[in-house]
Amino acid sequence: MQRQVALIKQSLFDQGYLDEQFMALEELQDDANPNFVEEVSALYFKDSARLINNIDQALERGSFDFNRLDSYMHQFKGSSTSIGANKVKAECTMFRDYCRAGNAEGCLRTFQQLKKEHSTLRKKLEHYFQLARQAGPKETARRPK
Amino acid sequence: MVVADLLSSFSPSPELHVLAVDDSFVDRKVIERLLRISACKVTTVESGTRALQYLGLDGDTGSSGLKDLKVNLIVTDYSMPGLTGYELLKKIKESSVFREIPVVIMSSENIQPRIEQCMTEGAEDFLLKPVKLADVKRLKELIMRSGEAEERKTTNPSPTRILQNDFDSSSSSTSSSSFHDGSSLDEDTQSSKRMKLEFTVQD
Repeated sequence: MQRQVALIKQSLFDQGYLDEQFMALEELQDDANPNFVEEVSALYFKDSARLINNIDQALERGSFDFNRLDSYMHQFKGSSTSIGANKVKAECTMFRDYCRAGNAEGCLRTFQQLKKEHSTLRKKLEHYFQLARQAGPKETARRPK
Repeated sequence: MVVADLLSSFSPSPELHVLAVDDSFVDRKVIERLLRISACKVTTVESGTRALQYLGLDGDTGSSGLKDLKVNLIVTDYSMPGLTGYELLKKIKESSVFREIPVVIMSSENIQPRIEQCMTEGAEDFLLKPVKLADVKRLKELIMRSGEAEERKTTNPSPTRILQNDFDSSSSSTSSSSFHDGSSLDEDTQSSKRMKLEFTVQD
């Protein structure tokens, strides 16, 4: 089971879903705070769901307020960076580039892709954390005491 | 090494109390963890306005009983709605009560003019997000050392005279932030003063 957890984590890195920031967060866990990364992750998905909703509404309105969209995306990118959500972060960057170019179609397209990546990551991380809990504390990186 | 002897002759410093300001839930949680691991007391607030309220700087004189909650370091995000980190920095440096508190700016964007603007205004350091544990540890050491240097000034007059003599002649190359060119920091900002103090002690 622990090997399975390790393999899943490795593939998340290899496929570029996560970057080294995720590992850095895992290193902040200890016996007193064994679920820190899962907690951060939960916060991230709650927060980003709100942002996605805001952006969806803004885009549905039809009038493209690129400044506002860029501002939402700045927040989104920020928290994605903080948790190591590599692919989501990349989509955020692309979206912001389209905002700055005033390219509405590019924004719409990228946003669809971003939502896909976000949803995929959420499922993969949920699966990972579930297994990690079952496997016990050994698999996640630990801070030396 | 002389510095180690000097440092060990003082009683261990109490825990640093850090005020962390960030509008992002995720980032607040992360910076809080980083600081707690580094044995700091942490208070997090979600905006510059709330930070000023906490410090009692918002014009509301009712919160003047904050002396027990002395803040030793303020770490703030740059881009926040309402008061930006830069504006918060300015307000703190304008305050006669709080201007000595080191302020560190965090940003996800590595924009040179922004960094220089903050350092000129008196920021202690400028950290690029995502902030690492190593950044926080380095920061803490910096603050602890300059805190002890301040203590030394008040409790031990003779080293102070030597330090003050060396004040002008020491080089100003700073060691703190790795995200800006130290050569532009020759102006006598508070942070570079602290840097000079450290360098003379280490000589």
